Amino acid sequence: MSIFIDKNTRLLVQGITGREGQFHSRQCIAYGTHVVAGVTPGKGGLEMDGVPIFNTVKQAVSDTQANCSMIFVPPAFAADAIMEAAAAGVELIICITEGIPVHDMLKIKNYLATRTSRLIGPNCPGIITPGESKVGIMPGSIHLPGGPIGVVSRSGTLTYEVVDQLSKQSIGQTTCLGIGGDPVNGTNFIDCLAAFEADPETSGIVMVGEIGGTAEEEAAAYIAEKVTKPVVGFIAGLTAPPGRRMGHAGAIVSGGSGTAQAKIAAFREHGIHVCENLGTIGRFCATIF
Amino acid sequence: MKIHEYQAKELFRAYQIPTPEGHVAFSLAEAENAAAALDEYPQVVKAQIHAGGRGKAGGIRVASSSKELRQAAADILGMKLINNQTGPEGKIVGKVLIEKGLTIKHELYLSILPDRATSSIVIIASTAGGMDIEEVAASRPEKIIKVHVNPLTGLQPYHCREAGFGLGLKGDELKQFMKLLDNLFTLFCAYDCMLVEINPLVITDDNRLIALDAKVEIDSSSLFRHTDIRDMQDESEMDPLEVDAQIHGLNYIRLEGSIGNMVNGAGLAMATMDIIKQAGAEPANFLDVGGGASAEMVEAGFKIMLSDPNVKGILINIFGGILRCDVLAEGVIQAANAIGVNVPVVVRMEGTNAEEGRRILSESGLSLISATDLADAAERVAQIGR
Repeated sequence: MSIFIDKNTRLLVQGITGREGQFHSRQCIAYGTHVVAGVTPGKGGLEMDGVPIFNTVKQAVSDTQANCSMIFVPPAFAADAIMEAAAAGVELIICITEGIPVHDMLKIKNYLATRTSRLIGPNCPGIITPGESKVGIMPGSIHLPGGPIGVVSRSGTLTYEVVDQLSKQSIGQTTCLGIGGDPVNGTNFIDCLAAFEADPETSGIVMVGEIGGTAEEEAAAYIAEKVTKPVVGFIAGLTAPPGRRMGHAGAIVSGGSGTAQAKIAAFREHGIHVCENLGTIGRFCATIF
Repeated sequence: MKIHEYQAKELFRAYQIPTPEGHVAFSLAEAENAAAALDEYPQVVKAQIHAGGRGKAGGIRVASSSKELRQAAADILGMKLINNQTGPEGKIVGKVLIEKGLTIKHELYLSILPDRATSSIVIIASTAGGMDIEEVAASRPEKIIKVHVNPLTGLQPYHCREAGFGLGLKGDELKQFMKLLDNLFTLFCAYDCMLVEINPLVITDDNRLIALDAKVEIDSSSLFRHTDIRDMQDESEMDPLEVDAQIHGLNYIRLEGSIGNMVNGAGLAMATMDIIKQAGAEPANFLDVGGGASAEMVEAGFKIMLSDPNVKGILINIFGGILRCDVLAEGVIQAANAIGVNVPVVVRMEGTNAEEGRRILSESGLSLISATDLADAAERVAQIGR
């Protein structure tokens, strides 16, 4: 078992003929993901490594029964791409694109509330169920299939670091995903925690947060109330200066809120096992799980 | 992205939001010309920097004659303004806004910003104008009116009524307020704003609502559709190294410490800074070279770190995903050969092609310190920084 994706996931890639889209589609195929379609407006009828390309998501879904989309289109067109996928009824939309304007995301988020699709991201590394399916840009080789730990994070490479340390401790993963570094995103920590809690194969969760916003605080309160499985928490950005955006659009301490200190305090208050030093998170997890 | 008050007021005027009559001046001569054009006194001289709290720091002065105005402008132009918003190093004032003075009856507060927790747009209004709004929110929360707007349906008249009646306005003042808020909201959406703030929004003795101050912050991610705003960027407000980094597509923020660090990915970069601190040293910067960094970007990042005289050592921490470790290693060598590295460099790399990357570095003949893992890297770099 896993959350959100598994070996039956049928992936379509929006922006499959772009440089990044093509490279990562090939990586996903090499990992074993069923990439069933690509969408690039104007290139319908062509193929990429045997994968049929369509002009519209609607046509791709109707012809291939794709149930998941990975989006690589540039920021100016990404809002359109997400809404096209949602309108076509794609169950799971994973948007890798970084730099989508916040006002676009506000509209998308409110539009998605009227649809059945789940959005992961944007500005995220994607999601992987090790050994079954990879929908994203993470290096597949660092993951250890078979579980029993779920990993959820706001970051990309920071997640790889955590996963790598887990694998080196022989701690496998059920599903690992990044929910993105933007201030407004689709799936949040709580959605992932609920899914991991409901997944019988997952016996523990690693949650990796960072400065900015209050998503970690809300997740901590949710964990205290609803999550029975042990949770290890890590927060990046203790040394981040206030008022500066730390790379991720959402990583900013503003008006004294969103600090790493406040998030760590919330984690402790709600019984989350806080790892203070990233260099030791693998060993730390080995003592908890 | 922040813009100056005078630039924000230009936008306000374009959207029919009333502002005091005024002109920006970059020199004393320009200030005198601006004052002469306004003709009447009193006038106000306002320092144009990207920080609030200017009044208390001596950056805003009222002048009741041309002589006083000349003196005020001479004092403020070129002054180093220091308060908790500018940081300890302060900001040099290079331009002033000269405005016609107003007789003020009431001061209100009005702002619009995206609310990440509810994915809506929130209007914040208060009768406690002219004060630090975060302080008001903390000490007198009953003074804060919040109205949430769905971004899909946009601003409706009832939102404006909720805010306007909440402020105790009626009659013509309420009418003026509703029009002003409507225009401000249109501006907020048209320019992808992260914040529009009027503090204070004043009611004059002749019952006019006027934006005495104006603060506008625009989403940097949206600049592709606002080229007019991109031209408003004031590089004199930025650290020169940060300007250089921006040109190379690097996310760089200069800090106070002595350990430079270059990392791929924002989260890992923050965590790397934290690790440096935990090991007993202080990070000199935040530098995220991104997932798709090229050898050229790595070289540019190296140069920028070495341009900071505080840097005593450098930690390169790369988790190879999209950015392969062998590509990074070549970038490091290229940079080291091109610029000559005069401080110790600790390299830690993991992930895609890490073995190959380590081999390239070890065969390069450069005196790089190779770390086995993150904990080891932090310890080695802290030895340099302590």
